[in-house]
This record gives sequence, structure tokens and C-alpha cells, in this order.
Amino acid sequence: MLLIKCPYCGERAEVEFANGGEAHIARPADPMALNDEQWAQYLYMRDNPKGLIAERWRHAHGCGRFFNALRDTRTDRFVMTYEMGQPRPDITPEQAAEAAR
Amino acid sequence: MQKFSAFSLFRQALGAHQGWKPQWRSVKPKAAYDIIIVGGGGHGLGAAYYLAKQHGLRNIAVVERGWLAGGNTARNTTIIRSNYLFDESSSYYEHSLKLWEGLSQELNYNVMFSQRGCLMIAHTVHDVQVFKRHVYANRLNGIDNEWLTPQEVKEFCPPLNISPNIRYPILGGALQRRAGTARHDAVAWGFARAASDMGVDIIENCEVTGITRAPSGEVTGVETTLGPIKARKIGVSAAGHSSVVMGMAGIRLPLQSNPLQALVSEPVKPAFPTIVMSNTIHAYISQSDKGEMVIGAGTDGYVSYTQRGGLHIPAHTLEAITELCPMFRRLRMMRSWGGITDNTPDRSPITAKTSVPGLYVNCGWGTGGFKATPGAANLFAWTIAKDEPHPINAPFTIERFREGALIDEAAAAAVAH
Ligand SMILES: Cc1cc2nc3c(=O)[nH]c(=O)nc-3n(C[C@H](O)[C@H](O)[C@H](O)COP(=O)(O)OP(=O)(O)OC[C@H]3O[C@@H](n4cnc5c(N)ncnc54)[C@H](O)[C@@H]3O)c2cc1C
Ligand SMILES: [Zn+2]
Repeated sequence: MLLIKCPYCGERAEVEFANGGEAHIARPADPMALNDEQWAQYLYMRDNPKGLIAERWRHAHGCGRFFNALRDTRTDRFVMTYEMGQPRPDITPEQAAEAAR
Repeated sequence: MQKFSAFSLFRQALGAHQGWKPQWRSVKPKAAYDIIIVGGGGHGLGAAYYLAKQHGLRNIAVVERGWLAGGNTARNTTIIRSNYLFDESSSYYEHSLKLWEGLSQELNYNVMFSQRGCLMIAHTVHDVQVFKRHVYANRLNGIDNEWLTPQEVKEFCPPLNISPNIRYPILGGALQRRAGTARHDAVAWGFARAASDMGVDIIENCEVTGITRAPSGEVTGVETTLGPIKARKIGVSAAGHSSVVMGMAGIRLPLQSNPLQALVSEPVKPAFPTIVMSNTIHAYISQSDKGEMVIGAGTDGYVSYTQRGGLHIPAHTLEAITELCPMFRRLRMMRSWGGITDNTPDRSPITAKTSVPGLYVNCGWGTGGFKATPGAANLFAWTIAKDEPHPINAPFTIERFREGALIDEAAAAAVAH
């Protein structure tokens, strides 16, 4: 089971959380202006990386709030979690290497 | 190819079984092939087999990064059925089920396909309505599926607890009698042996690391850990790694790769006659020929390539199993493991051409593609050979996510199987 650090409540067991998929997918500002291809990209296409992923979690059985996390999908090690609305943080090569370990 | 029969077994016995030969050739890659299949699981090996067998193509290689069929082929719980809801899906899965029915004979290899039935049990009014709808839809399509009352459920599978006093009582079940299980390795080995015999090169321990393309866009080959290999056509059948491999050609897919876990008990005498699945409480179980109870757990709900997952997921499944079948409460679990499944938003697969000329993909089988092994292999081979889909897999494109023509099998596939 993963140990996940909610930015508001601290470290809690994975069973308290729900994963919300890829982070930083902005809802289109002007939906009517999108063509079908752009809609498909927004709704369905995903990066699904083998390596670092930026993803959303919700502390469903806790404070109930959404937040983002950086995790390495090869090891499931978290680099960090951060609040909603913040841009995807830059991380150092050492942090990336630690997460891949 | 050494033919297997009672007679060959007898003859080999006289020679103290020293005369058996390797079942497929071990080869180094050639510089170029007409077709390269990326991924040596059941789907990829089967595609190579049908390309050779049905389309007369011989200059083919299957490139596998690990050992043969060490991916989901080796990790799944082998449930085979075709009782999906929509016409598109049920005709695809039924095509596969029909191939399963003749596969041991066709390959001269015992894939141990055992049609012991698959019983999907209902616990809520919603379940009852959904499953009955499945029964009717299937029967209109000529696919066997029937409704059983709780009493009939008990008669068909005595270990089940049909008491009305449990947390999720059994209100009935949908039974597909032609469904069953098969020996996972045997399918891959049987396809590998038959394909190798027709000249297909099977290259293990060779990871594809890049897809090379001409300035005009079409594929020219692959980069691998054993060096570059040229190819006119490339078929990608990499299951959990589909996004990674297709990304090498710049194609994004509607996939999420999630761990899916399974576990087996210590072996016991024959005690469980069929396959039982419950979507609502998320459990399914069958007994292998060795005697182990084979139990499928749920999906871990995040993207991961670790082939692990958390222990609370199988624990949840075991709680459900022991309530449904109280006699398993003292059974010890022996092993658990995970595989990486490639899931689409509509829980239906993709077997299609792509926007890159010469590049084809068979993916998105997620938690339920073992049952489709011969069918998907057969139609993927058709699609590659003819550069167009067979009518059965024509709806299963990437473009359906742009056109809105989704094939929403979430109800049929909700339990990972
Ligand atoms: C626990 C579990 C239970 C399941 N239960 C069922 C079930 O009961 N019924 C059912 O129908 N389905 C089930 N499934 C799903 C089923 O196993 C898969 O849908 C199916 O096996 C996919 O077929 P495959 O042969 O293509 O996959 P795989 O056997 O995974 O083959 C893909 C191959 O591609 C290789 N590969 C990946 N990347 C590269 C690369 N870069 N270069 C070279 N090779 C590469 C991999 O090493 C792998 O061997 C289950 C899956 C799991 C994990
Ligand atoms: Zn919290």
C-alpha cells in the first residue's frame, strides 16, 4: 500500500485516497471552439508514462481535497505532492534518481 | 516439428524421453523482415502464426523484451467467455471463443481449454436487470447465455452461499456454459511452436527501443537492444507497454496502464466446478487443473508499471470470496502477483491501422484480453496483411474516440477478468 502525503493532513495510507488521473489537463476555455480531434485529446488521450507522472489524488476519506503528486511509475515512489493550482514543479536530477531507485 | 500424439509419447517413452526436441528455434535477428511483431505474448505470437498460416507470409519476426509470454499471458486468470453486451464486442469475443474450441487440434498442442461455464452472479436489482439484458442481447446474437435463479445457482455451484442473510445476497446469475479456462502458457507455446515451424523468427530478450521512419512518414524498422532491424510493416501487441512503444512513433493512445493482481491458494482436491464472477463485490474464482483456487483481485487505481500493487486490493477480494463461499475460509493462499493492464476509457480494445503508414496496433485489452488471444491474433494478422481491418474488428479503431463511436463495455468488463 502506498503512503501518500496529503499537503493538508500529512502522510496517510493509500486507502484514504482516490486517484484522479493525469494532472494539469485544463478544461478548454472555449469548448465551442474545439474540433473533434482536440476534444478527443482533452477527454481521452493520456500520456501514460513509464517514468515520472504528474497526477491528481483526492483525500477522499480525509479532508476531501484534491492535490497533485509527482511519482515514478516504475517504482511507485513519490517525489512530492503539491497543492492544486500550482504548476508542475521542476525537480533535480537527484530527486528523479531517488524516485527511480 | 515433432507431432504430439499418444503414439509419439509411447515412442519417446521407449527412448527414455531423450528424443524430445526444442519446440521452437532460438534465433538471432536477421537484418530485415517483411513484418515485425513487437511483443511475444499470446496475442503477438498468435498474430505471427495467422500471418504465416492464413496469409502465406513467412518473413516475420516476433520481438520480445523478456522471455516468451512472461507478460500478462503468464499472469492472467484465464477466463474465456463471449457474453459481452454490444453486437460489436460479442461478435469479436465470439469469434475468439470459436477459435478456442478448435485450437488444441489446430495447433497439435493441448491448450487445456475446459468449457466448465462461467457464472456471473447478481447481488442487486440493478445487477439482475443488467445481466438479464446481457442474456437477451447475447441470445439475439446466437451466443449462449442463460438466467439462473438462486436455487439453480446453488445446484450448478454447490459451494456458493445463497443465504438471504449475507451482506450481498445472491439474487441469481447469468451462466454461459461454453465459457471456460485454458492453460495460459500452452497457448503461447503452441502458437510459438507452430509459427516457428513455418519460418517465423522468435527473438527473446530483445527490447524494442525505437521505431524508425522514412522522411515520407512510413515505418522502416525498429531499434532494439540487439541493434536495428528493418521492416516494411510493424505490428505492436505490447499490452501494458502499448503507450510506451507507440509513443516511439509519436502516437498518443487513450490508455492508462494499471496493475491488476491475482492470487492462488494451496492445491486441493476438485471442489469448485465452474468459474464464478461477481462484479458488485469484485471477486472471481475458478479451480485450476493442479487444484489451486485461482482468484482475481481488482485493479489498483493508478498508473503504474511495477507489476505489484497493494495488498489491500486482494484482501478485499478475499473478504468477498469467503463470504460467498464460506468453505474457503481456512484455505491458505500460496502466491500473489500483478500484471500491467492497458485500459481504454470504454473498456473495449483497439485492433487497427494507425495514422503512421505500416504501423498497426492491437492494444487496450486491459484486464480481459486472454479470452481474445486467438481472435485478436487472427484479426490483427488480417489487418496487417491486407492493410485494412476485417469487418469484425473494423469498429475497434483509435478514431472511435474522436468520432464518439465508443463501445462501452464497462458493465461487462467492470470486474477485471
Ligand atoms: C492478474 C490478471 C488477470 C487477468 N485475468 C484475465 C482473465 O481471466 N481473462 C482474460 O480474458 N484476460 C485476463 N487478463 C488480461 C490478459 O492477461 C491480457 O489482456 C492479455 O494477456 C494481453 O495479451 P498479450 O498476449 O498481448 O499480453 P502480454 O503477454 O503481456 O504480451 C505483451 C508482451 O509485449 C512485450 N513488450 C512490451 N514492451 C516491449 C518492447 N518495448 N519490446 C519488445 N517487447 C515488448 C512484453 O514483455 C510482453 O511479453 C488478466 C490480466 C492480469 C494482469
Ligand atoms: Zn487531506
